[in-house]
Amino acid sequence: MKNQSLKIIFFLALSILLVFSGSWLLAGGNLLIKNATILPVTGEPIPKGDVLIINGLIKQIGQNLTAPAGTRIIEASGKYLIPGIIDTHTHIALSGTNEGTDAVTPEVNMAEVINADDTSIFTALSGGVTMVHTMHGSANVIGGMNVVLKLKWGKPSEQLIVKEAYPTLKFALGENVKQSNRVLIPGRLQRYPATRMGANALIRRELLRARDYMAEWDRYEKLKNSKNPPANLLPPRRDLRLETLADLLRGKLYARCHAYVATEMVEFLNLAKEFGFKVGAFEHAWEAYKITDELLSAGVGISVFIDSWAYKMEAAEGIAYNAAYCTQRGILVSINSDSAERIRRLFNEAGKAVKYGLTRDEALKMITINAAKQLGVDRLVGSIEVGKQADLALFNEHPMSAYTRCDLTIIEGEVYFDREQIIKEREEASAKKGGN
Amino acid sequence: MSPHKSLTIKNIKAIFILLLMIFFTNTQLTPSLRAESLKTIPDSEKQPNLLAIVNARIVPVVGEEIPSGAILIENGKIKAIGPDIDIPSEARVIEARGLIAYPGMIDSYSSLGLVEISGVSATVDNRETGRINPQVKAVEALKYDSMHIPIARSNGIVAAVVSPSGGLIAGQSTLVKLDGWTNREMVIKESLALMVELPGIRGARRGFMGFGGQQPAISTEKALAELKELFHQARMYEKRRELAKKNLLLPQPDFDETSECLLPVVKGELPVIFSVHADKDIIQTIKFVQEEKIKAIFYQVEQGFKVAEEIKKAGIPCIIGSLYDQPPVWEDGYDSLFINPGILNKAGVKIAFSSSSASAAKDLPYHAAKAAAFGLDRKEALKAVTIYPAEIFGVDKMMGSLEPGKLANIVLTDGDLLELGTTVAKVFIEGKEVDMGNRYTELMEKFKKREKEK
Repeated sequence: MKNQSLKIIFFLALSILLVFSGSWLLAGGNLLIKNATILPVTGEPIPKGDVLIINGLIKQIGQNLTAPAGTRIIEASGKYLIPGIIDTHTHIALSGTNEGTDAVTPEVNMAEVINADDTSIFTALSGGVTMVHTMHGSANVIGGMNVVLKLKWGKPSEQLIVKEAYPTLKFALGENVKQSNRVLIPGRLQRYPATRMGANALIRRELLRARDYMAEWDRYEKLKNSKNPPANLLPPRRDLRLETLADLLRGKLYARCHAYVATEMVEFLNLAKEFGFKVGAFEHAWEAYKITDELLSAGVGISVFIDSWAYKMEAAEGIAYNAAYCTQRGILVSINSDSAERIRRLFNEAGKAVKYGLTRDEALKMITINAAKQLGVDRLVGSIEVGKQADLALFNEHPMSAYTRCDLTIIEGEVYFDREQIIKEREEASAKKGGN
Repeated sequence: MSPHKSLTIKNIKAIFILLLMIFFTNTQLTPSLRAESLKTIPDSEKQPNLLAIVNARIVPVVGEEIPSGAILIENGKIKAIGPDIDIPSEARVIEARGLIAYPGMIDSYSSLGLVEISGVSATVDNRETGRINPQVKAVEALKYDSMHIPIARSNGIVAAVVSPSGGLIAGQSTLVKLDGWTNREMVIKESLALMVELPGIRGARRGFMGFGGQQPAISTEKALAELKELFHQARMYEKRRELAKKNLLLPQPDFDETSECLLPVVKGELPVIFSVHADKDIIQTIKFVQEEKIKAIFYQVEQGFKVAEEIKKAGIPCIIGSLYDQPPVWEDGYDSLFINPGILNKAGVKIAFSSSSASAAKDLPYHAAKAAAFGLDRKEALKAVTIYPAEIFGVDKMMGSLEPGKLANIVLTDGDLLELGTTVAKVFIEGKEVDMGNRYTELMEKFKKREKEK
């Protein structure tokens, strides 16, 4: 009996301890980071600077800042503070990627299949990533709606969604939608389209349908709102597929188009012009360096790998100069991971661009402010500025160096990844094991 | 006209042309003219037998760093190196002020020349069907003009292990220099090692887009037992053949390709590269190697950090797999792959890095730097892409560092060799300045022309 109550007291004490240690780790959105080399991205580097965060927002940037009593202070001398890294093309934190059974599926929405328990979220945090554009896959020509998430590991999925971000719809072109690399099974029918011609024709067909659909609704609304609406007036049948495409034509959505070769990008831009829809960015865009003029005049950016290439035919001319050259030509470029593994070293990928002609500052922009611009969240995140959300990452060396390591990742003033803490816990655990 | 007749006419024509050619070569092409035509090759493109790289900061890897010095190269080898050496007046001089001279890097595991475009099977030559393929040799399929080779080379990599993969016995790896007009011209060691792939950590290896996923789920115990049996058969095969040679009454054993190819292994002449992953599998494999008395090199060793002492005791060197990977086991910690090389190195295990790739072979230095970010000493990281692999593959007398007598495999850079932003200015392989042009530069130049057209 006595033993039992002792046990209860022990577990109570333990849980109280856990709760407190938890609240210590999550400083409630208030933090003071001291003596870091601050790389604000949108301004000049600040050597030995402090950043004060109150309620998840950057309150002050400067020297010798003080914080309200009880604020956690992070000593960061010798380290580099950068805006949280933003990955503009991933498929993490989802419980499904491709609704590839049909070539056209704009009715599906990735916001409905968020998996907040995906360990890839933690993996991404360990590489300083705080925000992702997590997307429908590229199995079909018109995919689904994508979603922008903050990687608040441990929080429920609805708290991850960044509502301010552009709503984006995935399109895909080339080998994936043609299914050219698919193992052919005898008897299985080939899905339309099987060519780049077909893919383009299919987009045009669907957009024409959407146009008709909009016209039908306009006619209905006009009649309904007229002085003498017909007695037997019925609304057109609601079509969720066409509804999404109509929103694209209404300018409410941005197309994000997976494309590799120059021709398919040029043709997609022509479709955008023909139908007057907005293109957020081309994804992968391996041959963007061949059509910089077209991209510039359309004002369309690219979200690309730095050098992951030659894995399929359409990536065989994907040169590592692509990101750097397009940046130099004035195109808005972000570097993406498209991988639950590459995401934790996205800073290394951006750093490679220095070899191909960019400065370290320009390279860093590709995974911070440029990415924020492409997602429509640059007034909230993407740089270290007073008033912006305190999504930050701390590195032990310059983040564009090969020798760097992410030590701390912060979202809205809360610490979500702390290497020191992990090492400490690991050592404690191994000491315990050794003791036993 | 009969076909016979036309043939005769053609023959006559051919003979006439041949006679003409002989006539012209004998009379017109005088020795002086021949010398003229040779002169059209610019001097700079000829590879002189005396070459001096001067005023460079020299990081020889073995020995002290020289803040400013020269390297004299004669007939492809380093003749002298130091802060103040005599440069003969006839030597071609390469001014390297502001540049750093390093030994060229060695990629300890790659599929360079075997895989062009991984998703296009017509361009993939690294994986044979079946599980037991000791007879296949990487060197015999090596695409010497692979587009990936000049890219790797212009990032400072001068030599690479090229290995087949797949199955239990994948085939024979080769060690090549990244220069040559044929596959054979590239060879440093034709048969470097037999590649054996032991099962991975369950659930660790996911394929790409559904391809190349996990190996069939057999245990390492079973795989090693299977190898033991194959090795035994090879020994028996050899014994029967020896007996038959001595005794004419005994028939020669039937030709056995597998045993034939395993003989150099069981005799301890050809090392085995074991792709091995989990800690317990590493321990088992050490035991196997000792029992079989074979030469071994480990590859991948993701959980090596858990048994570093045992690996050290066994004296087996380790090739680190690509660090572009997830930890095989979540419980090992998010950084287990990154801390692994540092822990192995500290325990005294000889390590070498690898790209484990063709299209990303150029990234070899970045794997080393990544490990350095997680505890590996930076100088050791550099050694693990230069002198350590040379030692592991038994070529340290000829490469891996900048020392007199070694081949002049030299890389000139504007910064730290392992750093991302570093530009490689020049690469010398066996004293020959190699072409820095590659697929990247060619396509970039081609499409930059569009800007100039306007």
